[in-house]
Amino acid sequence: MKTWSIYCLFLITFICVSCSNESIDNYASTEVSLEIPKLFSDNIIAPVIPAGNTQTMEGIILGKKLFFDPILSGNNTQACADCHAPQNAFTDTSRFSDGIDGSLSIRNSMPLFNLAWNYDEKFFWDGKSFNLEHQAFLPVTDPKEMKNTWANVEQQLQQHNEYPELFERAFGTTSIDSTLVTKAIAQFERTLISANSKFDKFLLGEIELTPEEQNGFDVFMDEARGDCFHCHGSDKNPLWTDNDFHNNGLDETFADLGLGAITGDPADNGKFRSPSLRNLAFTAPYMHDGRFATIDDVINHYSEGLKNSTTIDPLMKKIDQGGVNLSDEDKADLKAFLLSLSDFEFVNDPNFTNN
Amino acid sequence: MKKLLLLCLILILIPSCESDADDNAPIQTNVTLNFGHTWDDIPVTNADFNTIKFTNDNGDELSIERLRYLISKVTFTTSNNEVLNIPGYQLVDVTNNENLTFTTATRIPNGTYKNVAFTFGFNNEDNYTPNGYADLNSANFFVPAMLGGGYHYMQFDGKFINSSSIEQGFNYHAIRAVDNPGDSPTFPKDTFFEVNLGTVSISNNSIINVEMNIAEWFKTPNRWDLNELNQMLMPNSAAQIKMFENGQNVFSLKSVE
Repeated sequence: MKTWSIYCLFLITFICVSCSNESIDNYASTEVSLEIPKLFSDNIIAPVIPAGNTQTMEGIILGKKLFFDPILSGNNTQACADCHAPQNAFTDTSRFSDGIDGSLSIRNSMPLFNLAWNYDEKFFWDGKSFNLEHQAFLPVTDPKEMKNTWANVEQQLQQHNEYPELFERAFGTTSIDSTLVTKAIAQFERTLISANSKFDKFLLGEIELTPEEQNGFDVFMDEARGDCFHCHGSDKNPLWTDNDFHNNGLDETFADLGLGAITGDPADNGKFRSPSLRNLAFTAPYMHDGRFATIDDVINHYSEGLKNSTTIDPLMKKIDQGGVNLSDEDKADLKAFLLSLSDFEFVNDPNFTNN
Repeated sequence: MKKLLLLCLILILIPSCESDADDNAPIQTNVTLNFGHTWDDIPVTNADFNTIKFTNDNGDELSIERLRYLISKVTFTTSNNEVLNIPGYQLVDVTNNENLTFTTATRIPNGTYKNVAFTFGFNNEDNYTPNGYADLNSANFFVPAMLGGGYHYMQFDGKFINSSSIEQGFNYHAIRAVDNPGDSPTFPKDTFFEVNLGTVSISNNSIINVEMNIAEWFKTPNRWDLNELNQMLMPNSAAQIKMFENGQNVFSLKSVE
C-alpha cells in the first residue's frame, strides 16, 4: 500500500510538472495582421514583418504598455512617449529632446508612423539602426536619453507585479530580457499606421481638394518648380518619403556628419534620412536638428536657402540662386498641400494613447 | 505464366517509351542577362561613384552619384522568326549594386537565336497598366501624371564642373517625351527603345553579358553639353528625344558564357 502511494505521488507530480510546462510551451498568443490601408495595398509593396517577431495581440498590448511606461528609464521618469507623443505624430515639440538628467540630444526626435514600410529598415536620422527592434534597443542605454542599463530594466520588469504575466502571454515565458522587450515595442510601433489625411481621402475619391491644395500638389510634382517627388513620394507612393539618405543643402560644412559617421564614407557626410511629409502640422520643428520652426521656413530653405557642399544631392536645383525661387503664391499653395497630408484621426486614435 | 511475363514486358516498355519521348525534346534552360557598365573601355561600378573622374565627349568633367534604369520585354527570336517573349522587367540599380542580373522566369530551348532583345524602359502599353507596379512605386521610380505618368526609364544623377568651374548637379532622367505638362500632356515621340543584341547561342544556364557604355549617353549623335542641359530635363521633350537618340548606341552584347 505504501509502495502504491509513492507511485501515485510520482504520477501526480509528473502530471503537475507536465501541465506547468504545457502552459509555457504551448502558450497561445493571438496572431494579428497589420491593417494595411487601401492606398498602401493598391500602390506599394507589403510591409516588413520580421519572421522572428510575428505580430500578436498580446505582444502589441505589452509593447504599448512598455512604450508609455517610464520604467525603462534610469530614474523611472521618462517613457518612450515623452519624446514620441501621440498628439505630435509620435515626436515632440522640442528642437532637441532632453534626457532624464536634462542632457540634450544632438538631433530632433523623429516621428513614428508607417515604420513597417521602411523597406531598408535603416532607422534614425543617420540610419544607424538596422531594424525596428534594434531601434527600440538603443534609447534605453543612451546617456542623453533614458540612461539606463538593460540589466536594470530586466530586473525591474522581472520584479514587477504585472509584466511577467504579460510577457508570458505575449511570448510564452516569464523570463524577461531586452530582446523580448524590444520585440514587443516594435510590434506596437508597427501598428502606428497613418493613412487618413485629407489628401488620402482625395485619392480615394471621397473629397475634393481646394484649388490652392491642388496647385500645391502640382508644385510638389513639377520638376521645374518644387521637384519634391524624387525624394518624398507621391500619389503613387503614399509614404511621402523614400526613406533614403540625402544632403539637402542645409550647410556648407558639417558639424554633424549624419550617415557619413555611420558608414565612414566621406561621400555620405551631411546626409540624413528623408522624413515623411505626412503630419507636418504636428511635427514641428523640422530637419534633423530642428532648425526650422515652421513649414514656411522649410519651403523658404528649398526655394532660396540652399547651401552648396561637396555632398549636396544633385537633385537640389539652382543652388547658385539658393534654390528654385518659388513665387509667393506657389509657396502658399505648396504649404496648403503639405498640410492636407495631416492625419487628425491618427493623432487622436485612442488605440495609440496611454489609456 | 505467359500472361504474367507479357504484363512485365509491357510495364518495362511503357516507361522506356516515355523516356524516349523526353530524349527527343529540346533541352530547356533558364538564361541570365548580366548588366555590366563601362565608361568607354573602363569598367564602372558604384565604387567609382561620387568622384569627378569621367570626362564626356564635350569635355565636361563629371561624377556619377546615382544610376538606375529599367529594362523589360526580353525576347529571343529563333531562326524561324518565332519570338519567345520573356515576362517580367528589372530595375537595374547600379548605385546600390542590386538587380544587375535578370534571369528569365520561363525556360527556353537551348540553341542559336538570331536575335536577343530587350526594351529600355517600358513600351507605352506596359508604362500605363491600370494598377501600376508596386515595386517601382516603392522605389520612387514613377513619373508624375502632369509629366505624362508611367515610370522613369532611367535616373542618372551626378555633378559636373560647369563653365564657372563650380560643381553643379545634373539629372539625366529619361522618360516618355512629353509636351504641355499639366492636366492634358501630349507626347511628341516615343522614347523607349528596343535594344537588339544580335545572334546568341544558348546552352545550359547561359549568361548573356550586356554592357552599358555610360559615356555614350553624352556622345552620338548628340554631343551633350552639360552646361546647356543639366537639370529639369523631364519636361523638356527635345532633351528627351536627344536621350532617346543617344541611347541607341549605349548597349551592346559583350559575351555569352
